[in-house]
Amino acid sequence: MGRLSWAAIPFDVPVVMIAAGSVGLVIFCVLALVTVKGWWPYLWSEWITSVDHKRIGVMYVILALLMLVRGFSDALLMRSQLALAAGHAQGYLPPEHYNQIFSAHGTIMIFFVAMPFVVGLMNFVLPLQLGVRDVAFPVLNSVSFWLTAAGVLLVNMSLVIGEFARTGWLAYPPLSEIAYSPGVGVDYYLWSLQISGLGTLLSGINLTTTILKLRAPGMGYSRMPIFCWTALASNLLIVASFPILTATFAMLLLDRYCDFHFFTNELGGNPMMYINLIWSWGHPEVYILILPAFGVFSEVVATFSGKRLFGRRSMVMATMAICVLSFMVWLHHFFTMGAGADVNGFFGIMTMIIAVPTGVKIFNWLFTLYGGRIRFTVPVYWAIGFMVTFVIGGMTGVLMAIPPADFVLHNSLFLVAHFHNVAIGGVVFGVMAGISYWFPKAFGFTLNERLGKAVFWCWFIGFYLAFMPLYALGLMGATRRMQHYSDTHWQPLMLVALAGAVLILVGIALTGVQLAVSIRDRERHRDLTGDPWNGRTLEWSTPSPPPAWNFSLLPQVGQADEFWAMKQQHGATQERTTLRAYGTIHIPRNNPTGFYLAFFAVLLGFSLIWRIWWGAGLGLLGGIAVGLIQAWRTDGEIAVSAEQVAALEGLHGAKEAAV
Amino acid sequence: MPTDPEMLAVSRVRLPNSRDAHSIFGRMISIAISAMLLASCHEGVLDPHGPVGKAERVILYNSTAIMLAVVIPVIVLTLVFAWWFRSKNKRAQYRPDWEYSGRIEMIIWSIPALVILFLGGIAWTGSHDLDPPQELKDSVAPLDIEVISLDWRWLFIYPNEGIASLNRLVVPAGVPLRFRLTSATVMNSFFVPQLGSQIYAMPGMVSRLNLKADQPGTFQGLSAQFSGDGFSDMRFDLVSVGADEFKEWVTTTKTQGGALDAATYTNLAKPANAEYSQTYAAVTEGLFDSISSGHLVANPRPRGN
Repeated sequence: MGRLSWAAIPFDVPVVMIAAGSVGLVIFCVLALVTVKGWWPYLWSEWITSVDHKRIGVMYVILALLMLVRGFSDALLMRSQLALAAGHAQGYLPPEHYNQIFSAHGTIMIFFVAMPFVVGLMNFVLPLQLGVRDVAFPVLNSVSFWLTAAGVLLVNMSLVIGEFARTGWLAYPPLSEIAYSPGVGVDYYLWSLQISGLGTLLSGINLTTTILKLRAPGMGYSRMPIFCWTALASNLLIVASFPILTATFAMLLLDRYCDFHFFTNELGGNPMMYINLIWSWGHPEVYILILPAFGVFSEVVATFSGKRLFGRRSMVMATMAICVLSFMVWLHHFFTMGAGADVNGFFGIMTMIIAVPTGVKIFNWLFTLYGGRIRFTVPVYWAIGFMVTFVIGGMTGVLMAIPPADFVLHNSLFLVAHFHNVAIGGVVFGVMAGISYWFPKAFGFTLNERLGKAVFWCWFIGFYLAFMPLYALGLMGATRRMQHYSDTHWQPLMLVALAGAVLILVGIALTGVQLAVSIRDRERHRDLTGDPWNGRTLEWSTPSPPPAWNFSLLPQVGQADEFWAMKQQHGATQERTTLRAYGTIHIPRNNPTGFYLAFFAVLLGFSLIWRIWWGAGLGLLGGIAVGLIQAWRTDGEIAVSAEQVAALEGLHGAKEAAV
Repeated sequence: MPTDPEMLAVSRVRLPNSRDAHSIFGRMISIAISAMLLASCHEGVLDPHGPVGKAERVILYNSTAIMLAVVIPVIVLTLVFAWWFRSKNKRAQYRPDWEYSGRIEMIIWSIPALVILFLGGIAWTGSHDLDPPQELKDSVAPLDIEVISLDWRWLFIYPNEGIASLNRLVVPAGVPLRFRLTSATVMNSFFVPQLGSQIYAMPGMVSRLNLKADQPGTFQGLSAQFSGDGFSDMRFDLVSVGADEFKEWVTTTKTQGGALDAATYTNLAKPANAEYSQTYAAVTEGLFDSISSGHLVANPRPRGN
């Protein structure tokens, strides 16, 4: 079929076969368990076809956690290879394998770990914080998730069927052109990202609309929680930048499939164009990830300090300034292309200017801590770990924004250390804080604190051990993407970095243990009030887990930190138990469109990768058919009667009163 | 600039230690830091042997020092505030509604702004003074060198001497080096860490770079832009020798090794790892230009599955 044959499966590479075999075994066992226990109807109706933003948010985060394991095993392979391959030693991974691993690591960590984490958190939290019943387009939301999952599936198929790109995570041409990468690796890369990128764009449109159009009565922009502001900035960036990514990849696909010459070496192609385009998506992408993390920290620091966020207006201005500026700095990713002193100087200064609003944010958190009554819960650990770590990453970032400094640091391990410093110290810490902060809202019980703190220390110390040596190695002239190196002086530092990675592995494993233990002990840690942290924003005013419709009565908002103010005035319990007139609530009906679309998207992508044209035609037609059927559906909603709503609220009120 | 490099290196890498480390890991961290200190001292970009690299090191140190003046207090304050305002501390004053202070706002916008104003100046003047195509101010006339990145080797042509060298770059110490660079294949980045600035070598394009080695010595050169399977071995020695020795080397080179013409070049451009170095006694005139303009095309590497 097309280019696909049995030769595509690397039976001769034991590492791959063992990995694939064990993953396959786990998947088989899970599927068998689900079948034996008869959980399929539950999964289908409560999760797979659910259009509830909370369920979708949870599924995004689970997807990201799974892919974190995959991306992290790539990291361990790389670190152990480099710990071995010093001097004349070549390590155990030959270049053609090693190059796939670092390409997959970057691609997976950005697109299939960081993105679903952040999108998942936004999905779960936004409607709750805005005081509304769902996102603007619930079915589209499910479609977005399933398209992301389709991309994930394709990337993972490349492990067993064929190969992945060997080009680095941004697939610079001409290396990624058909002349230099004739295999299916780059096609896997391109199609999986095109499909999941479409999902991300749709999600961006959906969440932007939600924030702009669906807020609780009285919630003007000035009263909107800060996480919503950062999410707004992030989603505006998604809407503005993801089309660039899609168009850039489309051009590369035309080069590869239809003999076009956008970025080829010959016939007028220009690879520099690709590099400019990809970074004019790529730099905003950095802020798409970090801004919601900033939002999480703002919520966490204010909540656990028990006081208002310091300089709220500054925070909002800083967020929107970053949002705009992030589009004006892309050239700093290639100062060494020789653009000239004026251009380099301009982009260097623009880059540094972003450090101003970012610095202001740090100071705002600092002064939020000041005068607080800080409870050292797990989210606070992450927040303080973040503040300490992120300023170091920010500093090295500004350092590399100085063009002549970048001339000696570009593409070195110093750069690798820098972006991990902000990606782990910023995005991962933010997501971890967010997960432990909102977990009780999603599931109705809190996570184990002791294990949560152990996870934090593993990540925190592991990060420093793994990446501080990389800063030093970069200064010593070690470049990124080396498969081996001749200077044996580097080896001790590489070993320290490996130790750091192992420690982070322990942290990831402990997250699993933490989940298991917390689920086991859930009865002891039930959140009966819906407000386990003494929160400030509306998501804490509704039961944990919230009903499908989030709020039985839409809240009336009179100020920022509305829920906090409500509690100050007359106590939330009283508010809820007072008899109120509930009305009939319409909630969206389950919808399998997203799942079916993802099925056809995988078929389309896989067929295009292997040039199986009939399969591609089938996938495309199937996708269109699913879309058309959805367009003609009219039974989109179900009604929940006022009695049902009142019954649930009564039950919750009783539980709360018992506390 | 009165900055002591050793001191700065110490304070910079000590940062991670400034939080309270778990005692079990404290030892590991201190070992890591001492290893880093030892390691950073020799070779690499902190041990430059040319004016470009030295100027860049000054920028690295100064900017780091300026930023540390803010970063260290922020880290300390974070830990101090978090500790002092812990909920158990009854002496700390709780101010739940304190959310604004015009004076503090003013200060927290000004501090980063001032730092960036300062660093922005460094960035602007630095990118002009150290722009790679700009020739170094020097009383000695520069030596022209043409660099072609191949799959996965470096070819150096000395156009005025009419010789060429593969994977080994011999240069006279104290003489400015004026590079023109291109690639016969995918992108690479030409980088000799101990001399300073790197620049991309790109197909169909000519980029320019100026460097100088102050003293004789051997410096490791490499490609800093991933270019495929043979990338890790794409290293070369830059050998800086005295002026007389360089003349001697040119004379000897002219008497041995074959000529580098279109045919030899096409052969050379086939994918191969950088395993040996070689010199050429003569070079077809204009070879570099016909490669960089795309007239002389090496076949793309046959590979993949």
